[in-house]
Amino acid sequence: MTPKLQRLNDRLLDVLGERVAALTERLGELTLEVRAADYLSTAQMLRDHPALRFAQLIDLCGIDYSTYGDRPWPRERYAVALQLLSLEHNWRLRLRAFCPEDALPRLDSVIEVWPSVNWFEREAFDLFGIVFEGHPDLRRILTDYGFVGHPFRKDFPMSGYVEMRYDPEQRRIIYEPVTIEPREVTPRVVRDAAYGERE
Amino acid sequence: MAEIRNYTVNFGPQHPAAHGVLRLVLEMDGEVVQRADPHIGLLHRATEKLAEQRTYIQSLPYMDRLDYISMMCSEHAFCMAVEKLLQIEVPIRAQYIRVMFDEITRILNHLFGVATLGLDLGAMTVFLYGFREREDLLDCYEAVSGARMHAAYFRPGGVYRDLPEAMPKYQAQHTRNARTLEDMNRNRQGSLLDFIEDFTERFPKCVDDYETLLTDNRIWKQRTVGIGVVSPEDAIAWGFTGPMLRGSGVAWDLRKKQPYEVYDRMDFDVVVGTNGDTYDRYLVRVDEMRQSNRIIKQCVDWLRKNPGPVISDDHKVAPPHRVDMKANMEELIHHFKLFTEGMHVPEGESYSGVEGPKGEFGVYFISDGANKPYRMRLRSPAFTHLSAIDKMARGHMLADAVAIISTLDIVFGEIDR
Repeated sequence: MTPKLQRLNDRLLDVLGERVAALTERLGELTLEVRAADYLSTAQMLRDHPALRFAQLIDLCGIDYSTYGDRPWPRERYAVALQLLSLEHNWRLRLRAFCPEDALPRLDSVIEVWPSVNWFEREAFDLFGIVFEGHPDLRRILTDYGFVGHPFRKDFPMSGYVEMRYDPEQRRIIYEPVTIEPREVTPRVVRDAAYGERE
Repeated sequence: MAEIRNYTVNFGPQHPAAHGVLRLVLEMDGEVVQRADPHIGLLHRATEKLAEQRTYIQSLPYMDRLDYISMMCSEHAFCMAVEKLLQIEVPIRAQYIRVMFDEITRILNHLFGVATLGLDLGAMTVFLYGFREREDLLDCYEAVSGARMHAAYFRPGGVYRDLPEAMPKYQAQHTRNARTLEDMNRNRQGSLLDFIEDFTERFPKCVDDYETLLTDNRIWKQRTVGIGVVSPEDAIAWGFTGPMLRGSGVAWDLRKKQPYEVYDRMDFDVVVGTNGDTYDRYLVRVDEMRQSNRIIKQCVDWLRKNPGPVISDDHKVAPPHRVDMKANMEELIHHFKLFTEGMHVPEGESYSGVEGPKGEFGVYFISDGANKPYRMRLRSPAFTHLSAIDKMARGHMLADAVAIISTLDIVFGEIDR
């Protein structure tokens, strides 16, 4: 770990204390994991504490871990990952929180902390079905008006369920069950770490 | 007295000033915007989901199709994220080529941005001039990659091939006489580097021309000064990056603050505005073109003197040389495996952001050790910028809403992804 990253690491442990569920460094990036209950209060501290000052939220994205590594996933299925940036200290941090309950994933909205999260949370709701409690305007954003389902979940097929065309008889756009046959050109392969090494 | 009501206007998705497929629902009180609600997603192609079904190399060309005005910068973020996961070194010459083409892309983008801002506000001439210079730069794209826009030139491990020794020339046609043809081919006699150097020599003069047309123009100032003012605090809170942030007076540039590739060896200035209005952002973009020109010059000088490899020699990541592949069993196997199964990226996650022309473009990978990403996330600057349009446009006139859309410098390929 570089000294700069070490400093951030120490400060996070110092300031957040009990709130840190996990703090890992890999490839020069720090990832902080917090429990869903601590998520909002941690966000507030990350932004406001003078030793941290993560004033800018660069990104928030939903993740569905259900098929990770082609083996059963041992814990909650949905998570959000936030990329934070501190302009003052020139630091980056990734914040991750898993959503309790796979049936209805919920998490507090951090829109009061970082206003820029507005559309990112709408997007995560649209594509993954994660509900952000406290978001003032949680509508779908990228999918069609009247879309059913959450397309970026791993159990949603690549080709979707419906296709759309203009019907000249009814003189309007109609939806029909999809006619594309799913196919995978290059199969997905997970190799074990020692694959291809000589004995 | 007659009853006065607010009414709603559908701005787009077919409006020419909507920069693509923006459907902006405006609630108007007379000519004044009360609320702006953008409806996006009309160009949503689910690039992030598609990438989960494709190998890393197969996903790379999708990056060009995100922000189709600044193609190579998106490729750059993608390659850097993959390289970080693989932990491979990029040859130094490839790093210089990447920086040079990043800056060419920045000029391409800003030319387009300034030119269309002019077009939207009624200044047709600068649009024509801007596209003249863009044509030369797109020729550079074509010379290295064979495609004018969707280049797929940056690859994980370096760039696809070295810069060409000869610049392609215009052919004789019945519409061109000999003298025209000679004129058109005058700066294409040497290599690509000669052509780019010639461009950097004449480009500052071109920027002066655009400035003559716009900067002190009274009508231009009336349409841009004080329009869409963003304070530095708001710019940070709303997640602005790139010229949108610097226009508000925040000196933040990833090329300086968190330098990647060889930006730490480059001599250039960060351009900062003061008022945070449309006019300042226009000035920032114009001046960034001059700075990019300086960087390109430095890259050309270095690239002339230092030949070398341009892509990693790790054949698990980059394809072997074609001649070796034809003559050598080992290389043939590598080639076959790379283009059928793809590269295996170790388990982990990485985020890489580049200072794209529009702002920070980031790619976030989660890999579970397969030959395809488990999750690819694209962070596009214009998405965040457009989300602030409601706050920026409120209280402005309808005609100024056009200026605000244009100053955001949005491209729907990357907003909808």
